[in-house]
Amino acid sequence: MLNVHDILETIRMIQDECLDIRTITMGISLLDCIDSDIDKACDKIYDKITTCAKDLVKVGEDIEKEFGVPIINKRLSVTPIAMVSAACKESPVKFALTMEKAAKAVGVNLIGGYSALVQNGFAAGDERLINSIPEALASTSCVCSSVNIGSTKSGINLDAVKLMGGIVRECAEKTIDNQCFGAAKLVVFCNSVDDNPFMAGAYHGVGERDCMINVGVSGPGVVRSALSKYPDADITQISDIIKKTAYKITRVGQLVGTEASKRLGVPFGIVDLSLAPTPAVGDSVAHILEEIGLESCGCCGTTAALALLNDAVKKGGVMACSKVGGLSGAFIPVSEDAGMIDAAVCGSLKIEKLEAMTAVCSVGLDMIVIPGDTTAEVISAIIADEAAIGMVNNKTTAVRVIPAIGMKEGEFLDWGGLFGKGPVMSVNKYSPAKFINRGGQIPAPLHSLKN
Amino acid sequence: MRAVITVVGKDTVGILAKVSGICAEFNANVTEVTQSVLQDMFAMIMLVDISKLDKSFAELVDRMTALGDSMGLKINTMHEEIFNTMHTV
Repeated sequence: MLNVHDILETIRMIQDECLDIRTITMGISLLDCIDSDIDKACDKIYDKITTCAKDLVKVGEDIEKEFGVPIINKRLSVTPIAMVSAACKESPVKFALTMEKAAKAVGVNLIGGYSALVQNGFAAGDERLINSIPEALASTSCVCSSVNIGSTKSGINLDAVKLMGGIVRECAEKTIDNQCFGAAKLVVFCNSVDDNPFMAGAYHGVGERDCMINVGVSGPGVVRSALSKYPDADITQISDIIKKTAYKITRVGQLVGTEASKRLGVPFGIVDLSLAPTPAVGDSVAHILEEIGLESCGCCGTTAALALLNDAVKKGGVMACSKVGGLSGAFIPVSEDAGMIDAAVCGSLKIEKLEAMTAVCSVGLDMIVIPGDTTAEVISAIIADEAAIGMVNNKTTAVRVIPAIGMKEGEFLDWGGLFGKGPVMSVNKYSPAKFINRGGQIPAPLHSLKN
Repeated sequence: MRAVITVVGKDTVGILAKVSGICAEFNANVTEVTQSVLQDMFAMIMLVDISKLDKSFAELVDRMTALGDSMGLKINTMHEEIFNTMHTV
């Protein structure tokens, strides 16, 4: 039964507190497009994407209008291109151009899946794809790429880690005229997931259905506003308030996903229980942590507060929807969060603290601008550290750092829009080169004898 | 199937008449209205049956938004399902 209080609360959440659906992402399998003739394969891919997703944007906009809730992004994810392109001998960049053309044709803003999964070693096509990532990202605007270099079951492929340090740098170097934007579209994962609706790390896993709809929710502003009404609540009550708020946010995701799936005639995959910030005022995860009682995000206590927030979001969200998946947790991308940017600028938030924070939340060192003179080995070692946290703790972790070529600490890279802007943050300069250059595989960790 | 129409803004002559006029034009039956005027602020929540609409719901949303803009009011027209989903287990 509707009542005035509930109606006004929903409207306030949407209009004043930035409640929105962050993304409806359609996952499309390209396994039936594989062909040793690259032109034939690309034609099939273009046809399949533009057929499956032809109504995605329109349906998203219709739902947005009828339910009055903004749906910020409509996106696509496809089968990792390393598999699709393995049979072709030519450079896979053509696949990226095809993805771009198809994405533009259907009107989505990003398409993910220029990806390779190499946690156990390189299969046919994997190295060729990875080496083509800088060119692919520099010659397209909406194609996103990811590489999975480790997992709890396989350990960490240190050869791939070594390779990716150089690739990240090259992505930034090739797009130096565009604020090094190439590196912002590349994520290096440990324990990547098949049904992630969020970019830049989305791809459509091979175990998934042919086509499906996944939804990512948002709403840091709503959580912060709910907490601000209880300035003297103890921490157990704080957790309960977050749970209740997360439930409401996630219900909207479930509704939108169900409705989109029905209208598109495509099965509904999962809701990603996430708190995804934007650079807009009032849409910051850092500000939630500060509302809980930290003077500035990054100070001592940040990891504990974030652990509580992340757990409460999941507990509240799980009951709100029928299938949960993706990355599910609070995101802490620095450049996409007004509070994180401020904390980084004032010196309260450092990379080492961010690394600790990634052990208790989703997803990893995300959208962090590092000095332009950071070597490939140091980037590889950042990736290795982050992957180790994911591998040992049985969770997804990732690295998306952007080397600001030619810039030093204190300067900014500014992309505008959802990607935001980030200050160059300092990185430990001592060399891990010998460790990284050893190559090989870090063995999978033991998961018994837990003391 | 119902929709919730909320209207907030400075009170003036004919708000209720114009909103319900558009409802009638779209064949949307008004089932419940709660309204208050505090000093010179007007606030109304209206429940309308949209199962027999003779045009699309999206058009109704657009018309109401346009009416709000022309009268300096904030008019939201939303499907009731979002409220039911969000506030009930």
